[in-house]
Amino acid sequence: MRSALQLVTLTLVAGGGLGVVLTRDPLRQAVVVSFFGMLLGILFFVFQAPDVALSEIVTGAVAAPLMILLALAKVRGGAE
Amino acid sequence: MSARARLVMFLAAALSLGVLVLWAYGGLPDFGHYRGPYGDVLNAVSVPERNITDVVTAVNFDYRGFDTLGEEFILFAAVIGVAILLRAQRDEEQREASEFAFGRSAPRTSDAVRVVALSLAGPTVVTGLYIVAHGHLTPGGGFQGGVVLATALLLVYLAGEYSFLRRAAPLSLVEVCEAIGGGGFAVIGLAGLIAGAAYMENVLPLGQVGQLNSAGTVPLINLAVGLEVAAGFVLILVEFLEQTLMVRLKEPT
Amino acid sequence: MSLYPFIVAAWLLFVGLYGIVTSRNLIHLIVCMQVVQASTYVLLLSIGYRHDAVAPVFAEVPVGTPAVDPVVQALALTDVVVGATVSALLFAMAVQVHKRSHTLDPARLVELRG
Repeated sequence: MRSALQLVTLTLVAGGGLGVVLTRDPLRQAVVVSFFGMLLGILFFVFQAPDVALSEIVTGAVAAPLMILLALAKVRGGAE
Repeated sequence: MSARARLVMFLAAALSLGVLVLWAYGGLPDFGHYRGPYGDVLNAVSVPERNITDVVTAVNFDYRGFDTLGEEFILFAAVIGVAILLRAQRDEEQREASEFAFGRSAPRTSDAVRVVALSLAGPTVVTGLYIVAHGHLTPGGGFQGGVVLATALLLVYLAGEYSFLRRAAPLSLVEVCEAIGGGGFAVIGLAGLIAGAAYMENVLPLGQVGQLNSAGTVPLINLAVGLEVAAGFVLILVEFLEQTLMVRLKEPT
Repeated sequence: MSLYPFIVAAWLLFVGLYGIVTSRNLIHLIVCMQVVQASTYVLLLSIGYRHDAVAPVFAEVPVGTPAVDPVVQALALTDVVVGATVSALLFAMAVQVHKRSHTLDPARLVELRG
């Protein structure tokens, strides 16, 4: 492991994944997933993969939390 | 079975899977010492042969274009699935929505959100088009740029202008765009057959390295994929929002 | 220490699977599936990485510079976007399930059959 940056980013990604799973409420999980997407994007960038980092930031940090919130809104909209 | 029994079974299975994974890791080369020949060959050959400086895009849309066609159709099928599932539900509940629309008022979007969202929507569209168009020169391409373009419409929705979103992206137009993007990729591959080479071979003039209209069919395929991904995500967004927002539209003003 | 990225990929896989197995909410379950998908991206990119190499984009660096593997990046790139869309399909299915059985709990869904 030549670089402390890679070591720290990998550890943060592992912690982020654990955080996503341990957050049981989907509403809070949307925010944690957005953060996890950003961490993954930084990891891919550190691994010299700018295309994949761009993809991950745009979908994981924007599109995925958006769809979680929309699914929750539809579910709760019918339950009231 | 009870939750505890399920957890015990999962731990046992995970343990055996973990042993297999660690055994497989023993056969990998060390991290950082990539050995395989294909990556080096592609890196050396992509610029002289096809005038593409972004080798990942060259792999995606030229050397390995057929697999990307398959993945694009997975995306297309998933978007159609979302549309079918949510439209069937919406038609059933359309009659009940008007009953509980009265007495409900949606809060007005705050001015700070409106200003930021509306001022960022234009630059986001430009950024998305830039990323799509320069896919073969710098990191980017149809997939990333398409999602950025869909995000621009999302910003418009966040600013509270849902009626503008409905007018600017009516469902029929979005569906047509997505079909054109998806079919366009397959049709551009036919150009290879017409020119007498293999399907999806790069047969258009290659131009100069670093120019925007270089690399033959790749910029055209990028545009088709960008259109399809953007239209697909906008369709998903509008399908999810249709019912949630229908109540808001019926509020007495 | 040279196995650390692979260990992190395996960790993400098992953590995601644990989340799927012990989930009490369908939407939480689908998000845990995204964690499992992320583990495959990390594994792919770790396999293609080369020390002291640049990204495989030769717009400003000369062509002979050692670069990381572009093939695994191409695999991961389309997978990220397609994975997000398939998750949207799964969310739509979860919404339909909730409409029919009025619950998002996988454990209770088994009881409400028929």
